[in-house]
Amino acid sequence: MDLPTLWFVVIAVLWFGYLMLESFDMGVLMHFFGIARTPTERRVLLNTIGPVWDGNEVWLIVAGAATFAAFPYWYASLFSGLYIPLVFALFALIVRAIAIEYRSKHHTERWTATWDRLMAIASLLASFLVGALLAVTTTGLPLNENGDRVGGPWAWFSWPAVIGGLALVGFSLIHGANFLALRTEGELRERSRAFVLRWTPLLILPLLAWVIIVQVQSGSAFTWTLVVLAAIALVAAYLLIRAKRQKAGFITMGVFLAFGVAAIFAAVFPVVLPSTIDPAFNLTVWNAASGDYTLGVMTVIALLGLPAVIITQAWSYRTFSKRLATKHIPEIHEIVPAVRKK
Amino acid sequence: MVPLTLGLGPILVFMQWRWLRTGNELFLRMTKFWGKIYVINFIMGVATGLVQEFQFGLAWSEYSRFVGDVFGAPLAMEGLLAFFFESIYLGMWIFGWKRLNKHVHLYALASAVVASMLSAFFIIVANSWMQHPVGVELIDGRAVMNDVWAVLTNNTALAAYAHAIFGALSVAAGVIVGVSFYHLWRRRHDGIDTVDAQGRVVVGEAPEIAGRDKLDHRVWLKSLRIAGVVSIAAFIGLVGTGDGLGKLMYEQQPLKMASAEGACHTGTSFSVLSVGSLGSKDCEDIVPILEIPGVLSFLAKGDFTTDVPGINELLPVYEELYGTNLPDDPMYGDRAGEEIEYLPIVEVTYWGFRIMIGFGGVATFAAVLALWLTRKGTVPKSKLLMQAAVASIALSFIANSSGWVFTEMGRQPFVVVPNPEALDGVFMFTAAAISPGVSTGELLFSLISFTVLYGVLLLVELFLMRNYVRGGVASAMPELAHRDDDTDEDASGEDSTDETGRTKTARKTSEDDVLDFAF
Repeated sequence: MDLPTLWFVVIAVLWFGYLMLESFDMGVLMHFFGIARTPTERRVLLNTIGPVWDGNEVWLIVAGAATFAAFPYWYASLFSGLYIPLVFALFALIVRAIAIEYRSKHHTERWTATWDRLMAIASLLASFLVGALLAVTTTGLPLNENGDRVGGPWAWFSWPAVIGGLALVGFSLIHGANFLALRTEGELRERSRAFVLRWTPLLILPLLAWVIIVQVQSGSAFTWTLVVLAAIALVAAYLLIRAKRQKAGFITMGVFLAFGVAAIFAAVFPVVLPSTIDPAFNLTVWNAASGDYTLGVMTVIALLGLPAVIITQAWSYRTFSKRLATKHIPEIHEIVPAVRKK
Repeated sequence: MVPLTLGLGPILVFMQWRWLRTGNELFLRMTKFWGKIYVINFIMGVATGLVQEFQFGLAWSEYSRFVGDVFGAPLAMEGLLAFFFESIYLGMWIFGWKRLNKHVHLYALASAVVASMLSAFFIIVANSWMQHPVGVELIDGRAVMNDVWAVLTNNTALAAYAHAIFGALSVAAGVIVGVSFYHLWRRRHDGIDTVDAQGRVVVGEAPEIAGRDKLDHRVWLKSLRIAGVVSIAAFIGLVGTGDGLGKLMYEQQPLKMASAEGACHTGTSFSVLSVGSLGSKDCEDIVPILEIPGVLSFLAKGDFTTDVPGINELLPVYEELYGTNLPDDPMYGDRAGEEIEYLPIVEVTYWGFRIMIGFGGVATFAAVLALWLTRKGTVPKSKLLMQAAVASIALSFIANSSGWVFTEMGRQPFVVVPNPEALDGVFMFTAAAISPGVSTGELLFSLISFTVLYGVLLLVELFLMRNYVRGGVASAMPELAHRDDDTDEDASGEDSTDETGRTKTARKTSEDDVLDFAF
């Protein structure tokens, strides 16, 4: 395998890491006004992802930065071409991060309610836009010979973008509820399980549609095999969850995601960003990549960094694996100025 | 806000390490209070860091294509080797109180802090490469990396990094001094602390206010002492590294430094004050009012007699080397063929440079003054002094920011400054770096909305900071409000209450405290 191909695989792995971990973060916050019904229940939800969400989000940042380092032409064309959705996605991610940290640092009903709504909306928006961005990467943008987008700021908006957006939102809702069923107890756990069992068949459809669109476009026997394996894993995950084997179900859902991501990335290979104007303008792993020296350096860095990251993150999840419920939430304490009242 | 995060980190590690070693609750309180401030501030860095990672592709796609081979690498290294660990370990630290072994808990904080320092290093490596490109060759019009070690040990990067770290420590120390001064003043103002005939402090307590016990006094005094020392050390570091950085800049970006000095004519004199129309291109209108002979030479070359080339001598050199007009190339868009303005906006560089040095100096002076004023254990009762102390917090922030404005604006019109030592052709005009496919409307929209968003978030952060600062230690340790009345410590604070859990009423569990700190 040559270095550009290896880095294509690395970037696929980074996206898998992001989707696997951040999807449930996003989903948990989207469930703020469904599975959770009171401000205290919302805080339980928040606490399930509290120690880990920030680390999860770094997978996205690293996926972006690794694309820059390994495929500068891909990075430049994709992100400038998707200017508007990416700017909105960044807004959403910024607001979400701030909301998570600041939601419980001041105590008025309005303050908490505002951040709660912002968190849920920002998660929905970020999920949709990142999904759209990824889907467009697989189906293409109107790019000219220099790799620049033509056709104006909304040229990216297309059916595949909408399907990709819905796919990530749907998957996040399922994955988030699954995660909550693992990390909460009592009523919250029951509601989460019920949500998964009831809505998975519907919410998974856009993701399946995206996988199949890409296969029809450029699939091979190998990638169709991956699709079949993904489908088997999906059914298995559903049955496991129905049989109350929550943890096994969660992991199997991850296997489904892994096969799904692999099916998409393997089908588009070696094209990293198709041009819908002329296939001659397609960006491929070879014409978009950095030089071999840079890729070699980055390979060493990735070999050092990625295993250490995975081990550390696993340790962090283990540390915070205790189930949470409303009874664990402390009473509200007001921040009172430390002054002597006259 | 990032300098505050960077600078507060090591101080926080020191405090928690002292707590672990001595078991003295004084240090636990310090760690929790400043830790809370750290956490509130940290998230702003995360939010702004997000944009940094993507902006090069968004608005600077031609730049990304030209330098991606070398510039993307430090960004990716930042993510893989630093940002991940920073985020994971910080989450573990925030939620790890009492759940992690105390040593592991300190290890988590230290790792997060080391990672954030490393993260800053990689970002400054990337930035410094734009100021002084090294480790690359020009192949087919692209900068292609051939020596990663040269990129990572770029002399500009090392000097700028050291300078930035000292700057961050100075900012954090300024915050701690100002806030501690305020609390000591508040205790005096409220009549909790009084002074005896010799002016020495008589520490009191106010049982009706959470956290206002005798130990509280020591929290603020000790914080102020530590930060005062850090501030002085950081200033010495800033002067040393700033001097080194300045000398490098005279070699690498002579026009930037000449414009920072308002030095029109070749010579040795340092302008203390220049007036006139600083921006005029031939700089005929710049009138130095007060100049000290020899100082400019010393800053630039290390002696008092070597002539330093001024703007008038440098401009023709730049024009000869890099042309008088932008090339007639479509990548320059509307600006193709335009005359190049090599001189940065002198008002910005001249004053940016002076504000950085001046305000940095005043902030350090304020810290020294605060150390002197608190020598007898408390602060004077003057409200004006307290207000000055709180206002001085802003000084080091302003000094820090103007340093960045100076170094970035001074780089214009280049986005990648030509390397005078070697590397022919590896440079890029800012005009060529922007995304050709992106419309002005899109750029304007994102610029305005990001500015508004950051403005609002800054206000929210300042509001929270103000609340937590005014709440004192009890804002970060709600358990202080629920203590039994008979658990008061003596003034030394060297008692056995190192585990706050022991002194709590049965109503709350230790789990509550953890989540209280976290959210």
